[in-house]
Amino acid sequence: MNKTVNQKAWFLVLPVLVLVAFSAIIPLMTVVNYSVQDTFGNNVFFWNGIRWFEDMLNSERMWNALGRQAVFSAIILAIEVPLGVFVALNMPKKGFWASFCLVVMSLPLLIPWNVVGTIWQIFGRVDIGLLGYTLDAIGINYNYTQGYFAAWTTVIVMDVWHWTSLVALLAYAGLQSIPDAYYQAAKIDQASRWAVFRYIELPKMMGVLMIAILLRFMDSFMIYTEPFVVTGGGPGNATTFLSIDLVKMALGQFDLGPAAAFSIMYFLVILAISWVFYTVMTNLDKRDVR
Amino acid sequence: MTDTTAAPGAASIPGDVTAERNRATTARRFRPNGSAIVMGLYLLFLMLPIYWLLNMSLKTNAEILGTFSLWPRDVTFENYVTILTDASWYMGYVNSLIYVVLNTVISLAVALPAAYAFSRYSFVGDKHLFFWLLTNRMAPPAVFALPFFQLYSSVGLFDTHIAVALAHCLFNVPLAVWILEGFMRGVPKEIDETAYIDGYSFGRFFVRIFMPLISSGIGVAAFFCFMFSWVELLLSRTLTSVDAKPIAATMTRTVGAAGIDWGVLAAAGVLTIIPGALVIYFVRNYIAKGFALGRV
Repeated sequence: MNKTVNQKAWFLVLPVLVLVAFSAIIPLMTVVNYSVQDTFGNNVFFWNGIRWFEDMLNSERMWNALGRQAVFSAIILAIEVPLGVFVALNMPKKGFWASFCLVVMSLPLLIPWNVVGTIWQIFGRVDIGLLGYTLDAIGINYNYTQGYFAAWTTVIVMDVWHWTSLVALLAYAGLQSIPDAYYQAAKIDQASRWAVFRYIELPKMMGVLMIAILLRFMDSFMIYTEPFVVTGGGPGNATTFLSIDLVKMALGQFDLGPAAAFSIMYFLVILAISWVFYTVMTNLDKRDVR
Repeated sequence: MTDTTAAPGAASIPGDVTAERNRATTARRFRPNGSAIVMGLYLLFLMLPIYWLLNMSLKTNAEILGTFSLWPRDVTFENYVTILTDASWYMGYVNSLIYVVLNTVISLAVALPAAYAFSRYSFVGDKHLFFWLLTNRMAPPAVFALPFFQLYSSVGLFDTHIAVALAHCLFNVPLAVWILEGFMRGVPKEIDETAYIDGYSFGRFFVRIFMPLISSGIGVAAFFCFMFSWVELLLSRTLTSVDAKPIAATMTRTVGAAGIDWGVLAAAGVLTIIPGALVIYFVRNYIAKGFALGRV
């Protein structure tokens, strides 16, 4: 759609601007403020330059958390995106069962995050949980509070359980928008199932799939509540992801300076990667319109 | 993606060719009903943990810890009674609902005009502004927890519902703008122009003609604001202590000196799922489009 140039449109945007400025810019400036100052208590602050940033860049703790976070997000995307697309391809197209699948699949998305953690905490327990009990009964040594591998598996399976539906619903919405004519043409050409997927369904899904990847990347990179409830970041530091580490530092130890410097770098990493996704996405949008 | 609208026309070719195609491919590629098996397994995977929670909420603690059973041997509603008769429990639900509704109303009220501006006009800095709004959706709540705490304490809003509602605007307003903009793009601009020629003022046109046209979009945006405000815990827990404490935070109470009260914990968990399930039921036909943020 070609848009009219109208500078007065700023007035329509103004309420959003004021509200978001209040709830985003003021707090962000507080963070920036802390990141360049130090204190010996009593609310007396003095200028500290970029020392906290240097400290954090040299801190092994932060790099380890970042590494764990990157591995976690990569695994999550590698499992959830193909699985979500696969589920979407198998969903009923219309009728009662389509609605039924939609409602059941959305259910995990609307459970408060710490309840998701609680559900899996219970589900995985060896004494009272179905999963833990079953695994234990067939002789697999499974204990997510002590085993490094078990903890990671639990957190990953939990996230797949929680969020794959989002990818599936997005892909499903993309599939629904493909006109029947495309399939009819493919049928006339006697295209194989794979060819239909590769040359019709995948390209038409690309736009929404990018949204799915963007949302999943952002949210998995900020994950806090669920692993915190299930493993508390343990065993040791095995599942201490960036947000968990940050909250530990800021609210637990009250190391405001380093935590603030950490926050800013954390935010910048997410921003940079999301900007790349966003640019790709808007370019796809434009190509579609043409 | 304007070809969506062309779909009904394209489907007017005689005979339901698509259905035939589906039948043909399933017969050739998979065992009969391969899709149903895949969906069945997936839905089972989704429902099992929830079933287990429900199962536990209907048992007594003695049964939970004593015997391992796939379904409750003697069903008890005691855990639910505990929650629904104790004010410190059920006020958690009331608090959560109050700030979630407040947040949804605020988010929609400010997002509607803004989304209209983004979808209809171009103005200086519009693209940058739009991306800046989205960056707030990307901001980790963990980064904002402490500054929010200090900000709302200093203006005397700590432990009030409005504080949580405003804090959740951080990620809900950008999302609402994004979704509504997607839906508004689908409404032809000619409608606006015709209305203005007919002498409608902007306000009247917007409320009387435009909002009914995108009502499904508004519903979906409201659903998403509700959802993300309902599931968030880190900010709502940081900003409240007693008077506005959300149910999700109240749940940590079950960890007492005598160990964890599993039955009550499970019952509280089940009760947090219900509002979400109700809301989904109302928007079920728009969910898929909504998750695609109106961009299909």
